[in-house]
Amino acid sequence: MRYLPLTPADRTEMLVAIGAGSIDDLFADVPPTARRAGLVDLPLAQGEIEVERALSRMAAKNVAAGSVPFFIGGGAYRHHVPAAVDHLIQRGEFLTSYTPYQPEISQGTLQALFEFQTQVALLTGMEVANASMYDGATACAEAVAMAHRITRRAKAVLSGGLHPHYREVCQTYAQFSGLEVQTLDPTPGRIENITIDSDTACVVVQNPDFFGELRDWSALAARCRQQGALLVVAVTEIVSLGAVNPPGEMGADIVAAEGQGIGNALNFGGPYVGLFAAREQHVRQMPGRLAGQTIDADGRRGWVLTLSTREQHIRREKATSNICTNSGLCALAFAIHLALLGETGLRQLARLNHATACNLADRLTAVPGAQLVNDNFFNEFCLRLPIPAAAAVAALAEKGVLGGVAASRFYPERDDLTNLLLVAATETVTKEDIDDYAAALGEVLR
Amino acid sequence: MTGWSQALSAHPAMPEETQTLTGNRGLQLEELLIFEQNSPGHCGVDLPEPPAHKSRLGGLERRVPIGLPGLSEPQVVRHFTRLSQKNYAIDSGIYPLGSCTMKHNPRLNEKMARLPGIADLHPLQPLSTIQGALELIDTLTHWLKTLTGMPAVALSPAAGAHGELCGMMTIRAALEAHGDPRQRILVPESAHGTNPATAAICGYAIDPIPNNPRGRVDLTALKAKLGADVAALMLTNPNTCGLFEDEILEIAAAVHEAGGFFYCDGANFNAIVGRVRPADLGIDALHLNLHKTFSTPHGGGGPGSGPVALAAELAPFAPLPWITHGSKGLEIVERANGSAAQTIGRLKGFHGQMGMFVRALSYMMSHGADGLRQVAEDAVLNANYLRVRLGQATGGALSQSYPGSCMHEVLFDDRFLKDTGVTTLDFAKALIDEGFHPMTMYFPLVVHGALLIEPTETESKASLDQFADTVNGLATRAKAGDIAGFQAAPNLTPRRRLDETAAARKPVLRWRPEMSQQKAAE
Repeated sequence: MRYLPLTPADRTEMLVAIGAGSIDDLFADVPPTARRAGLVDLPLAQGEIEVERALSRMAAKNVAAGSVPFFIGGGAYRHHVPAAVDHLIQRGEFLTSYTPYQPEISQGTLQALFEFQTQVALLTGMEVANASMYDGATACAEAVAMAHRITRRAKAVLSGGLHPHYREVCQTYAQFSGLEVQTLDPTPGRIENITIDSDTACVVVQNPDFFGELRDWSALAARCRQQGALLVVAVTEIVSLGAVNPPGEMGADIVAAEGQGIGNALNFGGPYVGLFAAREQHVRQMPGRLAGQTIDADGRRGWVLTLSTREQHIRREKATSNICTNSGLCALAFAIHLALLGETGLRQLARLNHATACNLADRLTAVPGAQLVNDNFFNEFCLRLPIPAAAAVAALAEKGVLGGVAASRFYPERDDLTNLLLVAATETVTKEDIDDYAAALGEVLR
Repeated sequence: MTGWSQALSAHPAMPEETQTLTGNRGLQLEELLIFEQNSPGHCGVDLPEPPAHKSRLGGLERRVPIGLPGLSEPQVVRHFTRLSQKNYAIDSGIYPLGSCTMKHNPRLNEKMARLPGIADLHPLQPLSTIQGALELIDTLTHWLKTLTGMPAVALSPAAGAHGELCGMMTIRAALEAHGDPRQRILVPESAHGTNPATAAICGYAIDPIPNNPRGRVDLTALKAKLGADVAALMLTNPNTCGLFEDEILEIAAAVHEAGGFFYCDGANFNAIVGRVRPADLGIDALHLNLHKTFSTPHGGGGPGSGPVALAAELAPFAPLPWITHGSKGLEIVERANGSAAQTIGRLKGFHGQMGMFVRALSYMMSHGADGLRQVAEDAVLNANYLRVRLGQATGGALSQSYPGSCMHEVLFDDRFLKDTGVTTLDFAKALIDEGFHPMTMYFPLVVHGALLIEPTETESKASLDQFADTVNGLATRAKAGDIAGFQAAPNLTPRRRLDETAAARKPVLRWRPEMSQQKAAE
């Protein structure tokens, strides 16, 4: 087997050195009833050619997003990732290194994380950011737990515009922790009524919200401050912050975001990269790893993992989170892509997304029966169709167009959302794609 | 030893005659932060001009600059290439971090994860367009079920600690379904920190269990702590001392008799894959780290993937989503009703770490049933070979904490450094100058100054011999009284010892423009 360097002669020689009669002697502590003499019932080893063939066959049964006119968003976005990003993250020194616990031989990862943290803080308009979480949804659940620790209050209020997966993950995380999670019903197209009281630890909103609507949360932030509650703002489409006023400018206390849209492929939902940013005063209550600047024995600038007394490997059951492994390499991809884009690139990318989505919305709302629900949006909007959106998605897929996500996939019990279709457009969408979509939708709604 | 290397070891700090104008030292290149390389207006991506449109941002346009630097593609490529060169990696040498399973990461896995039919697939696509992806996940599930002997596998957890959360939540949910969530979780003192941290999130009190003198759970102490308020035992097996819990069947029986569940941290599954099925040990829930046993890369700290194998009693409480075989092919169960009414809910956005699933399946298919068994055997053989090469009882220089053979990793403590003035940390840093990544230090907490060594099966005998010769040689040097040399190490790295205390006292967690202006003024 090509991954195993020991030769049969090595094994024999090593067993002699150990003083073991056979390899079985080294497994003598396993209870006899649990020792398996033979092989488990699985296929035997296969060569690179066979494995590649088998997996490629499975992959070929899927419809790759890039092979069709593609308009699905809903928390994961198909952006172009420059070739240099994937090349750099595959450098073995990044790909095959561990968490940088030995800083003298991990300065590459540590400096990249320090740059990543700075980028995330800048983008969200916040003071500090950590070295990443699993994804946006778990970052959001961690934000709720952090607000609970800071305010010592029991209730989290989740906006109906929060991505349903984020809502569900917050509920799962909180169910045994003594935290009360109050979820508001989604009200696409209308402003919801959020009540804050003296038990409220935090209010969690999203911008743009799940239905694509952009909102100014400044007034809500002020109300939260008055009541001693924290405002958590979730962002599922990070590219939006190239064009839209960031949560920090609106007065957010914590930002929990999905960073997939920069540097990372769709990957059928994972791995992604959770972004977590907060105010400096709350840094010791933050979850996850932090890279910090320091000096070495010769006085030269360098980086280490820091404030680890918050973390599980030091604080154990009193840690701010149980997280250990996070999304290091996805964070690196994010950092590289954002370094390539820079200030002008990200702003232009965001404008390009918005312009494409505006043109798409104009074309689709010209199709008889399709109405735009949003007042304003970034690169994703919500259409009200005269038929159930799930049926439209299926009919469009038969015509070779992946036209969006039906709101009913998340809210099957809500009859008033049955005909709502979420549609996204990024810089990868061409004018021809839009033509194809408009034509197909016209046929489906005819 | 050549004259050249003698000269270096005689002058551990950078000798004056090799100081350079740039601060670079040959292939060790100094590199500024990207923010300090800003050419305003520059861009490393060519994008078309946005088409004409009427803005619908509703007056919420960004009003303040972001503050990102502008760089061209060659500058960015050079920057991150230089950074990469400051990292040690499994690609460059043995990475013997105990309990981390730093094995070779096959490149076929990377290629498979990048197939357009996998990497370019949206998680919310219609089912008819993702049948191959679901088939792949279903196949991976079958492999994991077969290897663990357990009837269900929850795939959505994103890492080991997330898997622990999944497992402990299913346990709590199952207990609550019987109307009795209980209060305590028993956790051995040798456990990973994630174990108690996870139990705390599930609302449980943690009750530590001591080790016995043989480095295993003290069965008598465990039995004394069991009672009607114990929800579960969280045990790592093989444990973090590198030992198989040889009384595990008695442990499982005692926990079950008390009405509790048996959770196993499967971080060390590499020692037993293909040879021992956790189901046969009485385990009710166990997470597997695909980024350990199944070779998906660590990536400098993630992403990982932590599927959880569940006993039949816990399976109804598994997190959403999961896959079923329906009338029109494979389907995704993602609502908490019908057959999923008892689920703990969703633990993560979408369906789990698909990119890691592909890599792990590619690895398992490559090894097969025969190869995976060989993986466990070679991992254990390599660890035991290091044990005898390094242990004092067999002619080496280190003090083994628990005599006798080990599993995939071997635990030493700092008795061999007694009276030398050299600490475990100093010893590890000296190893860095010799070109090795150190072993895990000061963990587990059950022995003093722990050194936990896990070579994995992907090290050759020559690699192990070189490592053992170096470790033994350093121990001899420590005993010879070279305290200053150890305390100064490492000397040959891009940075020498970093001041972690200062970093924590006044945290600097991001770059700000004034930091570089200040530096330039100095």
